[in-house]
Amino acid sequence: MPIVVENLSYVYLPDTPMQKQALFDISLTINDGEFVGIIGHTGSGKSTLIQHFNGLVKPTYGRITVDGVDLSRKGVDLRSIRRTVGMVFQYPEHQLFGETVFEDVAFGPKNAGVPEASLEERVREGLAMVDLDLDTLRDRSPFELSGGQKRRAAIAGVLAMKPSVLILDEPTAGLDPRGRDEILAQVQTLYHQWNLTVVLVSHSMEDIARMAQRLIVMENGRIALEGSPSEIFANAERLRGMGLGVPQVTTLMQELHRRGMTKRADIFTLDEAEKEIMQFLELKHHGHA
Amino acid sequence: MAMLRNITIGQYIPGNSPVHRLDPRTKILSTMALIALLFLVQSFAGYGFAALFIAAAVYISKLPPRYVIRGLKPLLIIIVLTLSLHIFMTEGRVLWQWGFIAITEEGLVRGGMMGTRLILLVLGTSILTLTTSPIHLTDGIESLLKPGKPIGIPAHELAMMMTIALRFIPTLLEETEKIMKAQMARGADFESGNLLQRAKNLIPLLVPLFINAFRRADDLAIAMEARGYRGGEGRTKFRELSFTSFDGVCLAGVLIFVVVISFLF
Repeated sequence: MPIVVENLSYVYLPDTPMQKQALFDISLTINDGEFVGIIGHTGSGKSTLIQHFNGLVKPTYGRITVDGVDLSRKGVDLRSIRRTVGMVFQYPEHQLFGETVFEDVAFGPKNAGVPEASLEERVREGLAMVDLDLDTLRDRSPFELSGGQKRRAAIAGVLAMKPSVLILDEPTAGLDPRGRDEILAQVQTLYHQWNLTVVLVSHSMEDIARMAQRLIVMENGRIALEGSPSEIFANAERLRGMGLGVPQVTTLMQELHRRGMTKRADIFTLDEAEKEIMQFLELKHHGHA
Repeated sequence: MAMLRNITIGQYIPGNSPVHRLDPRTKILSTMALIALLFLVQSFAGYGFAALFIAAAVYISKLPPRYVIRGLKPLLIIIVLTLSLHIFMTEGRVLWQWGFIAITEEGLVRGGMMGTRLILLVLGTSILTLTTSPIHLTDGIESLLKPGKPIGIPAHELAMMMTIALRFIPTLLEETEKIMKAQMARGADFESGNLLQRAKNLIPLLVPLFINAFRRADDLAIAMEARGYRGGEGRTKFRELSFTSFDGVCLAGVLIFVVVISFLF
């Protein structure tokens, strides 16, 4: 299900005094099986951009095709597009409404026309994908769950539709560090085990750097940078200018590299950094010995 | 969702025109005078003068005319309904008949008058809200209601409630749009089906909307208490209203205009 965006521009509230262009001539492709990170400051247009991917927002100019289907064409079955391109909004737990967890998670698949008989299976699977158990939660009110559980239940509501692309808008917003790690680990699992194409939107470099294969950096409604994490982080100064910065560990390793202490500058995880520094220390040790 | 964006009533458009700078009390009283005028005049000539007055106000305030007129859109159904009720239901000289449906001359005239009156009412009052920030508006209302305090009119409380309500209209609209999108992403359909089906389809929208609104209200109450809010007693104002001589001239002009026009037409 590749998503192809061609020359997309979007004008918010056209022909009013509040008219504002949110996106300028954006072209990009999300390939099958990719893990793409979209980063940008608040108001850079990243949320507006992803809402085009399943036809929730119509482009003012330009074209979006999902698996070859033009979303602006008349008579397009947007509901089936939205089933394959699942979208988890910011604070998804604010959209819970069901009397029971089952009812809430079943909402999506039900709308997608899944027959009553296989509904339970879908709900069970959706919940299992985020490490929740249907049997213990079935008749519980979603509003009684803990904060992290609520968010995972809401994500399960999207996963139960069996999308092949999953778009997450700031899935870690408002969570404590532990909840954040849990959700991110969950997203990793969804990508590796369930073979979903993932688009992760965030303003936090730390979150995105170690997970995504390709990063798209947005600034003022335009794509400012695009490439692999190491290509992007080579532009540390530019990123800081956009108010984004580079992960702390990368900053450290870049500085060590600049002083000629380590070999690699493109390091985004603590584990890798540890290895690199250990290597340097050992080398130094041997050198003196 | 496009529907939500067409609500221009209560929307303030910042600006620096003479109309924007008027004291809110001047604008409120002038608007009330204009409303009175629209109910007093009984001829198209009178409406013509009222329309000229409104057009002049729009021109001076530098509001985009198209935007002002767009404010009529949500009321289109009511205007058409009023028009057709009067056209078909008034007795008099029949101009055209088809079965039991008849259009009379008197009906056309009355329908036209009522329709014009409604349109001018909406346009006239929207100038007030388009050129006055909600804070100024409620300050003005509070100040105008103050003389009623001895007879038990809670001026400050009413003004505070209005401020809060106005403040949250855009927030709630934004939130509605967001929840709608989130549920549409899960295949919800808000646009088709019969009336009962549509009402049922609104549950996934309304439940989260209400829960979020209550949570917001709770947060707001706590935030207000934390900042020492305890009602209007002894409360001073950061922005003092000032009624200038320019305000006096404008208000006097409007009042004279209204009295003259309503006597003549």
